[in-house]
Amino acid sequence: MTGDLVQVSMKLEMKDSPGQLVAALKPISDVGGNIIVVIHQREPDLDGDTLNVQIVLELPEGQLEKLVALLKEQGVHIQRIGKERLLYKRTVIMIGHLIHTDLPDTIDQIDSTGFAEVCELAMSMPAVNERSSSRLTIKAVSKGDMEAALAILRRVSKQKSLLLIEPLEEIA
Amino acid sequence: MMKVALIGLGSVGKGVAGMLAKKDLGITITGIADSKSGCMDPNGLDIADLLLNKTKNGYCGDLKISASDVIAKADYDALIEVTPTNALTGEPALGYIKTALMRKKHVVTSNKGPIALAYKELHALAVKKGVNLRYEATVAGAIPIMHTLEHGLAGNEILALYGVLNGTCNYILTRMAAEGLTYEQALMEARELGYAEADPTYDVQGIDAAIKLVILANTIWGNGKRLADVDRTGIDLLTPDAMRLADDEGCTIRLIAEAIPRKQILRVSPRIIGKNHPLVVDGTLNALTLETDMAKEITLIGRGAGSTETASAIIGDLLFIKDRYVQRA
Repeated sequence: MTGDLVQVSMKLEMKDSPGQLVAALKPISDVGGNIIVVIHQREPDLDGDTLNVQIVLELPEGQLEKLVALLKEQGVHIQRIGKERLLYKRTVIMIGHLIHTDLPDTIDQIDSTGFAEVCELAMSMPAVNERSSSRLTIKAVSKGDMEAALAILRRVSKQKSLLLIEPLEEIA
Repeated sequence: MMKVALIGLGSVGKGVAGMLAKKDLGITITGIADSKSGCMDPNGLDIADLLLNKTKNGYCGDLKISASDVIAKADYDALIEVTPTNALTGEPALGYIKTALMRKKHVVTSNKGPIALAYKELHALAVKKGVNLRYEATVAGAIPIMHTLEHGLAGNEILALYGVLNGTCNYILTRMAAEGLTYEQALMEARELGYAEADPTYDVQGIDAAIKLVILANTIWGNGKRLADVDRTGIDLLTPDAMRLADDEGCTIRLIAEAIPRKQILRVSPRIIGKNHPLVVDGTLNALTLETDMAKEITLIGRGAGSTETASAIIGDLLFIKDRYVQRA
């Protein structure tokens, strides 16, 4: 991929009418961005015709201002923009016959959840038939989703006889 | 003066005997036994002499006197039980401890088997007989974790605990990370230095750490956990590449024992951990982090094994019993 991508989180407020959300999100693809997650928030104290949405997206460096302008044109009110990571990120290490056990499938089991994805992969394969080691960085929307993603990895690792090394959870 | 009977004259037993002879702690050894022989004298035994016998002959006392004889007949206030651990049955230590408790004798042990297998039963028996059963030395060697839990952190709710409880594994992982050694190379080095047994299974597959975790869980939460309840993964399949991949991220890999009752977690597994995390200790050191409601996090670091280091834990238990229970002049 060319050019650096920046990750941005936004809290948007818009009219809760049919088609409004899709219209509001269209500018993101117009600027070459990629939506990672959309979280609806129905806050009870808001009146019924306002929709609050939290989104996390990646977009090419320098495109944020253009996106903000386009969103305003759509009548979307931007409550907050943060470049800070809203996502949970965890790194795991897997050891074993990673290629022979279909690494793309292992990754896809996370990516296909919709709430988590493997965003980085580093691998080391010493020799054919020897066990390889890999480092996977996983992003998820929330702590709960990260737990769910790790649970999937645990299950897959067991099935494929891979050694999964999880990070020590930060002390709560 | 408190009278004690010492059962077991391996590395730990010799350390305890040596320190009791050397230090004026008001403790006299009135009975002693190794795997072959025993010796008793209500007025106190000559420890230096017995240790010399042991070195010369391979046994310390009279071949006609057994450990069971000493435990059942000697005049003592507290039994020091430091025979080798049997993780499957706890025997013969379990029987020794029961016999002493039945005689209303206090018991201090470094033996993980009986405590991990039968803590509830032994504790109940001690309470019934009005005596104290202490086992500081079973977990994390010289680190006073049991005293910390019982006294220093009294009144705290323990929410979670994380520990580096096996020095052999920690040594191997330290060397793999520092020198890029393979697991096999690091294990060989650990063996040469006397940090690993000829059969390292018990250590490297996390069984030893899991047993200690069970002891801690039962002590803290009284939840009747057993070895089979621990979700356990060892370190024997780790690769130097995996260590490097962790290192690239400012992390390393350590064998962590972890108990978090509210999440039903009871686990021993190699984990990715930031290099500056307080649990990342080098070599054979042990470390324990407790998460509590009032004190928040507390980390203790210290030596997890060694003759004198383990004697420190045992003598701490003995002096606690002496101060609290034994009123002999």
